[in-house]
Formats: sequence, structure tokens, C-alpha cells
Amino acid sequence: MIIYGVAILAFCFVIGQLIGEFLGKAIKVDANVGGVGFAMLLLIILSDWFNKKGFLDRSTENGLMFWNQMYIPIVVAMSATQNVRVAVSSGFIAVLAGLVPIVICAITIPFLANLSKNTQLD
Amino acid sequence: MEIIAKFLEKNGLVVAFLLVGIIIYVSGIVSDKLTNKKIPASAIAILIGLILAYIGGVYTQGEKGIADIKIFSGFGIMGGSMLRDFAIVSTAMGASFLVMKRTGWVGALSLFLGIALSFLAGVVVALVGGYTDAISLTTIGAGACTYIVGPVTGAAIGANSEVMALSIAAGVVKAVAVTIGTPFIAKYIGLNNPHTAMVFGGLMGTTSGVTAGLAATDPKLVPYGALTATFYTGLGCLLCPSILFLLMKMIVG
Repeated sequence: MIIYGVAILAFCFVIGQLIGEFLGKAIKVDANVGGVGFAMLLLIILSDWFNKKGFLDRSTENGLMFWNQMYIPIVVAMSATQNVRVAVSSGFIAVLAGLVPIVICAITIPFLANLSKNTQLD
Repeated sequence: MEIIAKFLEKNGLVVAFLLVGIIIYVSGIVSDKLTNKKIPASAIAILIGLILAYIGGVYTQGEKGIADIKIFSGFGIMGGSMLRDFAIVSTAMGASFLVMKRTGWVGALSLFLGIALSFLAGVVVALVGGYTDAISLTTIGAGACTYIVGPVTGAAIGANSEVMALSIAAGVVKAVAVTIGTPFIAKYIGLNNPHTAMVFGGLMGTTSGVTAGLAATDPKLVPYGALTATFYTGLGCLLCPSILFLLMKMIVG
């Protein structure tokens, strides 16, 4: 049943986000720390386990895949609600403070990526 | 007219489904006919979204783009953090645990490096802009991480509202620039595999920018970038008002 798939996703979401909230509290930060990440790891482990047990039939999986496919439309809606006016009209300093980090980090990416690829060969 | 406006407002989420569907359909045609599929449809759709957000922002002077116009308020629900995070989690279905485990430590390293580099770059820009006190420098540096780290840090260390606004603006500029820029720089930084996507998420950090940028580049990479980026804001909120602020205080006195 489709709702089972959606419920599995919701279960992972709730548990993961709660872990993120409590982790934030534990390290005294006013933010959710890695909630989405924990939820994703939980989903990977759960879906793998359900697969092995044979619990995941086609329609249950469809409940998960629906949201997987809705991801880009949701991102489109998200971009339509960004504060673009401020981004465009903010002064020189704000624009530079936003752009310079991107350039520096982008240059760093190939080096770090190579680091991980080298370890893969070991 | 009023009946229609009221109706659209009341059924906002469903209206947003319809409109986003139309946006993506139009983007598909534009991508096909005008760019010969060189620019992916999702990238064009996201760009249209940003343009709509700008129009909405100018029209209402609000903060939530098109969602500030009442009849389009459903965009706020559809693109809000709850459904966004729900959908991001579902992308993990196609992800490889093995890759995540292998790249895990580089992902963690990229998080720390990403925050340190962004902070530093923000501080240097703020110095050039004429700010010299530790509180303002730290807040603007934090804003260069993400638009959440900025105000959280600023509030924690007591920055004034002008500097707060500046740091939020810096974070928003970053999110928008990463969204638009990712498909274009992907080729040059080797962003075509899960490993690099995890490093990318950790270094850039802005969840909205990273996920939207990766979606426009290659949707298969989204879960890997999202996995690391989701830790960034939390870690930034931890490091900026504490260690990095103390460091700034030691340097500028």
C-alpha cells in the first residue's frame, strides 16, 4: 500500500529530525544539527532491511518514489519563495561576502575530491 | 474577481502544484527548443522560480518572494522547510550507503574547511568594507556561511541590526548564486560523481543552494550533497559564535 511507503518515509523524517533537534540542544546550538542527514541514513538502512525481508512491494515503494520525484518541483517552489529582492538589491559588501566564499570553496573542491578518490583505491 | 482571489488563497497548496507543473512544462519546452537541451529543464524551472521570487519581493517588499502575494501563498507551503526536507530525505532511496561511508571522513573535513573558508572570506570582505570590530566581522563572516548562521551568530554575540541585515543578505546572495552557478561550474570542478557531490555539499553548505544547484546539474547527486550540507548550518551555529568569535576578538582586540 502506498501509505506504507509514505509512512516509512515519515517515520525516518520524524526520528531523524528529532535526533537533529536534540543534538542541537545537547551542544547548545539554536538549530537542527544534521536532522535531514540522520533521516536519510535511517531510510537507507530501513529500506535495505525491508528489501531483504521482502516487505517492500511495488506500491509501498511507489509511496517513497512519489516524494522522490516531487523533489525538483518542491525545489522550484522553494526558489520562488527565496528573498531574491534582498540578494539583488543588497549592497556591494553583502554581494561580495556571498560570492567570494563560493569561489574559494569551488577552487578547493577538486583537491578534497581527489583526497577521497585516492583513499578509495587502497 | 474577489471570489477567485479568495478561492486561490484558500486552496494555496493545490494552486501551487498546478503552477509549478506549468512552470516545469514551460521550462521543458524552453530547454528543448531554445537551448537544444544544453541547459536542463530543471535549471530553467529553478531560474523562473527565482525570477518570480524577485517579482514577488519587489511587489510586496516582503521576505518570502512570490509567497507574499496572497493568491500564491501556497508556494510557501510547497517550498517550505517541511516538505522540502521530506522530499530530500526520500532521495536517499537511490543513494549508495557504501559511497557515503567511504567519503564520510572527507565529507566531515569539507564541512569544517567550508565553514572556516567561508567565514574567513566573509571577514576579509567586511574588513575591506570598513568594519573593524570583532562583533561585526564575526557576524558578517557567519553570514558568509549561510543566512541562518549569520543572524543566529549575530544575536548570540550582540550585533546591531544593520550588520545582522548585511549578514543575512550575504547568506541569501550565496544561496541564490550557488543555485544558479552550480550547473555552470560543475564541469570545471569535476562535479559529476557522488564523492565530489558530498565534498561540494560540505564546502558550500547552504542547503537550499546545494540541493537546488545539484538538482539542476544532475538529480542523482542530490542525496549526497544534501547529506553533508544538512550538518553545515548546525556546525556553523556552533563554531561561529564560539571559537571563531574568540579568535576574532584575539586578533582585532
